[in-house]
Amino acid sequence: MAVRVQEEDFDLGVEAAALRGSGDAGALVTFSGIVRGGEGDVAAMMLEHYPGMTEAALEEIEAEACARWDLSASLIIHRVGRLMPGENIMMVAAASRHRKAAFEAAEFLMDYLKTRAPFWKKEETPEGARWVDAREADDDAAARWAK
Amino acid sequence: MKVMYFAWLREKTAISSEEVDGAGLATVSDLVEALRAKGARHAAAFEDVSAVKVAVDQKVVGFDASLEGATEVAFFPPMTGG
Repeated sequence: MAVRVQEEDFDLGVEAAALRGSGDAGALVTFSGIVRGGEGDVAAMMLEHYPGMTEAALEEIEAEACARWDLSASLIIHRVGRLMPGENIMMVAAASRHRKAAFEAAEFLMDYLKTRAPFWKKEETPEGARWVDAREADDDAAARWAK
Repeated sequence: MKVMYFAWLREKTAISSEEVDGAGLATVSDLVEALRAKGARHAAAFEDVSAVKVAVDQKVVGFDASLEGATEVAFFPPMTGG
């Protein structure tokens, strides 16, 4: 169980390899978010956060996932600073005995992270910089986990 | 208390944090009124608070939340991580 907020990049493969040997895991689900790099997409993405609250919020989200599912390991990494198209933004991972818990926990981590962890994205485009608006669909996705 | 601003609230106020005397401020709404009165930049930042979230001592709360014992209040737009 770990959360990391960092400027530097991470290696999804290395992180996954470290988790796959944990406990009695028979399933490992990872998700990573990447700065979109297609034509018409952003030139760069600035990630701002609230130091202190960010780590506390991520730890709370991870603890909630561990309370709901029987996980042998979990990990949340989120980068901050200026990121270029194609670069990693963040990753979550959930390991469990069986795939259902691992899939569900990874999705839960993402849904809660998007709506409860204090990160803000600003896109740099040829027309200027703009703050990314929160999406109602993200709130709806998080709400479905409400007990 | 320490008042912090993130994302476009930081840009509109042109500051990331400031010390504010909390005397006479019972709730977050009272603080917002006091901040609006500080000048044009603050007034612009808090023009539409429906677009603003607030955390008191790093916990997200409503604008009717009490400021009793609060040491850190942060204002920011809805979160967009992930």
